[in-house]
Amino acid sequence: MSLAHIGLHHYLVVSALLLGLGVLTVATRRNAVALLMGVELILNAANLNFVAFAHFVEGKVGGQAFAVFIILLAAAEAAVALAIVLAVFRGFRTIDTNATATLKE
Amino acid sequence: MDQLPSALIFYGIAALVLVSAGGVAFSKNILHSAFALLGTLAGVAGLYLFLGADFVGVAQIIIYVGGILVLILFAVLLTNRIGDVRVTNLAVPAFGAAVPVLFSVIGLLWLVFRTPWPQTQAAAAPTTARLGDAFLREYLLPFELASVILLLALVGAVVIARRAARDEYLDKDPHHERLV
Amino acid sequence: MPETLHGAAEFVTGIGPTHPGALLYLIPLLPLIGAAINGILGYFLQQRFGKKVISFLGVGVLLAAAVVAVVSFFQLLALPSGERTLVNKVLPMISIGSLQLDLTFMMDELSGTMSLIVTIIGMLIHVYSTGYMHDDESYWRYFSYLNLFVFSMMMLVLGDSFLLMFFGWEGVGLCSYLLIGFWYQDQAKATAGMKAFIVNRVGDFGFVVGLLFLFWSLGGVWFGAQYAPVHGLGSDASAREVRYVVARPAHASHGTAWRGDHGTPTTVAVRLGPTVSFRELKGQLTLKNAAGKRPIVDGGEVAVHSRAERGSAAVVKTEPLTLTYGGLANMLVWGIPVLFLACLGFFLGASGKSAQIPLYVWLPDAMAGPTPVSALIHAATMVTAGVYMVARLNFLFALSPGAMTVVAVVGAATAFFAATIGLFQYDIKKVLAYSTVSQLGYMFVGVGIGAYWVGIFHLLTHAAFKACLFLGSGSVIHGMHYVQHHPGHDDPGHGHDAHEPRDLRLEPDPSDPQDMRNMGGLAGLMPVTRWTYLIACIAIAGLPFASGFYSKDEILFKAFTTGNLVAPLAGKLVWTLCTLGAALTAFYMFRSYYLTFRYRAPSKAHEEHVHESPRSMTWVLVALATLAVVLSLLGLPKLWTGTDPLFERFLEPVFAAAALKGFAHASHGLEWGLMLLSVAIAAGGIGVAWLFYADEQKTAARLAALKERFAPLHRVVFNKYYVDELYAATVLRGTHGLARMLAWFDREIIDGLVNFCGWCGRVGAWLNGKIDEYFVDGAVNLVADIVIGSGQRLKRMQTGRINSYAYGVAVGVIAIALVAYFLPGVLK
Repeated sequence: MSLAHIGLHHYLVVSALLLGLGVLTVATRRNAVALLMGVELILNAANLNFVAFAHFVEGKVGGQAFAVFIILLAAAEAAVALAIVLAVFRGFRTIDTNATATLKE
Repeated sequence: MDQLPSALIFYGIAALVLVSAGGVAFSKNILHSAFALLGTLAGVAGLYLFLGADFVGVAQIIIYVGGILVLILFAVLLTNRIGDVRVTNLAVPAFGAAVPVLFSVIGLLWLVFRTPWPQTQAAAAPTTARLGDAFLREYLLPFELASVILLLALVGAVVIARRAARDEYLDKDPHHERLV
Repeated sequence: MPETLHGAAEFVTGIGPTHPGALLYLIPLLPLIGAAINGILGYFLQQRFGKKVISFLGVGVLLAAAVVAVVSFFQLLALPSGERTLVNKVLPMISIGSLQLDLTFMMDELSGTMSLIVTIIGMLIHVYSTGYMHDDESYWRYFSYLNLFVFSMMMLVLGDSFLLMFFGWEGVGLCSYLLIGFWYQDQAKATAGMKAFIVNRVGDFGFVVGLLFLFWSLGGVWFGAQYAPVHGLGSDASAREVRYVVARPAHASHGTAWRGDHGTPTTVAVRLGPTVSFRELKGQLTLKNAAGKRPIVDGGEVAVHSRAERGSAAVVKTEPLTLTYGGLANMLVWGIPVLFLACLGFFLGASGKSAQIPLYVWLPDAMAGPTPVSALIHAATMVTAGVYMVARLNFLFALSPGAMTVVAVVGAATAFFAATIGLFQYDIKKVLAYSTVSQLGYMFVGVGIGAYWVGIFHLLTHAAFKACLFLGSGSVIHGMHYVQHHPGHDDPGHGHDAHEPRDLRLEPDPSDPQDMRNMGGLAGLMPVTRWTYLIACIAIAGLPFASGFYSKDEILFKAFTTGNLVAPLAGKLVWTLCTLGAALTAFYMFRSYYLTFRYRAPSKAHEEHVHESPRSMTWVLVALATLAVVLSLLGLPKLWTGTDPLFERFLEPVFAAAALKGFAHASHGLEWGLMLLSVAIAAGGIGVAWLFYADEQKTAARLAALKERFAPLHRVVFNKYYVDELYAATVLRGTHGLARMLAWFDREIIDGLVNFCGWCGRVGAWLNGKIDEYFVDGAVNLVADIVIGSGQRLKRMQTGRINSYAYGVAVGVIAIALVAYFLPGVLK
């Protein structure tokens, strides 16, 4: 891995770090919307992997097709999740995930 | 080498992505997080362009930045009394969560560097036509399924959010006078 | 003719060349459009514009579909015999290796006949329904279901592959369920729908198992994957290699009037490898080499050609090579021939759909649906799907005499058994239901003994006369409807316990419009209904010059002479059962006729309320009664005309390739004797019915005396041999018991495990807490922090917080990926 020649490694490193930050966001945030942002980070990390592999390994557009599907799913997921967040907010008057944890113990 | 400028641009974009992602993860203010997400998403779109994936990059901008991010901002503004500090509290002690994540990331990085990846870089060419072709041939079924899922998500989101809206309506009208 | 090739052929196969039939897709599509519009917009249309619109739409699409079916059928007739196959490829669906599955519709003589039955009788019944259902609020829903049914049925009939057939198969099952429970507010009717659905699932399981057996036995060679990349295509993964054999259609070698185009001998390509297409399957199973051996069935070598395809275009032709087959007939599963198992599975599916022993119990209950539905679905079309399937798979069943014997014997047993139950039913629709079960038994006898065309001919004639009978009974019920509101018109009417099932009561319920004991003397009040009902009764009883005679008599004759079963005696057994069943049929059908239309003079209330049904209903009755007579022309026996029946010659190419042993030669004297015997038996059955049911004044005492004498037997038969009770005691109780057992297991064992895990977590947390408290305090703060964190975590695994779950999932996935990569042995 040379610094000047950008190869597959570089993208994978960025993607791994992005994944780590995403997981961390999901783990630590108590705000449901922030949680969703963490999920978006994770999805972007995966997407980046798909496109990078398509470019460096597959040589065709299969990976990009999956990336598009993932973006579509992310859109669907965001719409539903935010609707749920709104519904939760109406019910609990907060979206703190600690406060809404009524299933606890 | 003429690779150097492009490498520098790559590092710039990668830094933008990671720093913004860090902002998403650690910013105290949820609004700041949302705007940091903008940087990450745009940076990832740039990386897609770098990888010769023009269509995916543009889709990323249109759908993520234009759609999802706006949705998220709406949700933040609708559900948050700005200035309410409590909502930005961390869920678990950051340190306890960070250690496994750190180990995972180190493991992944080790994996990345240990593996002899093939290095046959594909020539950059417009991909939109080929993608469209792939969607209507090999990926026809997933493509159609995706449309169904989008429709379902749309309907589902409307149903869920509408119930919330109706509850709101009832709250304002506790005696159900206007319902009859 | 895309599949036709020119070239030398050393093989002969059962399939002939095909012709494009561009209109076929319209036949299922039109009813689907009708169903969609009526289903989605029907409510608004009905509110806004009234029921007329719904009727026009529902009947209109059927009329259009019937026109397309007739046009296609004539297109088919115009082709020379042996080439009568129209194929309409609509969409490619799946291609894996050498398996190619398309959305393809195929019309040959068999499916053409079925299409005509379904669309024309379906259309007549739609017309009838406009009158019968006119006062129902859910008029639109009814027509939507009915159109959907025709769509599914046409998918079943026209589909060229098992998958499409299965799609239609499930579709008609669904529509049957929806329509039986059409008046779902009535608990009993909703339950009847569920019963039909669940019993059919048992059969469908058999269908799938049969298909899997067949597919598995054909498979083994998935061309393409294990071969080197095809020359000229590089490593393009989307290219597939297809193996095929060039063969001459069987009809060409028979020396009949078969010509290829351009007058040269024409050949067809038979694709090899696993397939679910009927055409390809038939081509493979009927493949014979020059020595008359069947390489795929008996085992042997096949010189194959191969062709690389990308998409639908052939790209490169490669060298011929040879494949060696082990032979399907030699394949065993658990020591049983796999062909037998596959056929048995298919027959289980057929017996579910077509209500044969042991799965017939749903059909009588299915009479809860509206009467036109009973006529269309539960008499004329859907229940014959099983017969159609066995006929369609004739080349497969012919390979397994054991399976054919099972089909024939089960059919004969059902024909007899159901006829005995029909003897003492009082509900007019129940009589017809058991009669349907019985007649379906005859059809299975027909296809089981290898006389496929007769089975289909009986299907055809039965569709006409049974639809006529059902619609006639519907007309009667329509006329008798007033008793629901004015019970007790001529009967003292006892109070009945509502919880007691209707069939177990020996006393009539005066408010039941379907009970024949409430009828009597309707002949003068409903003349059209009466005469058409009588004609259909004559047809089903098997008196000469009505269609039922020709089909049933031919079935009996063929059963007597068949050599296709494992033992010749089996044919005689089948013949005996069927002949007895024919006598019973004649009796109970005329019993129902006398009880409904004669028996006694009409009561005052009858004269006041009962009147002939509207024009839309009687017109259909007349049409069907005419059909019931006219269809005879298709099946005039060879004994009378000197040539094979028209219908047999027409269907011959479909069944010609089946490997049958054939029928014993019978002298004309024997044939005449059997024919006269069956006429005598039918006349005898009618005579007995007349003896007991002609006139209440004269015969009631006779009947009562007889009932007295055979009271226990009567009770058993009247209660349908307690089969429903038997199923309730065994299958249902078994299921409930199993459910209870599983519930106990879940409660005691699983919950215990879960509690134990929770307890372990608590102990761990407690230990952690103690360790933290006593040992680490003040020593290593970092370690303490981690321990506290994990202690908290363990104590509250069930946090209810979405963060923890998402976090766990994400880290878990990463961990698994890392383990799989670095320690590949662990996950294997």
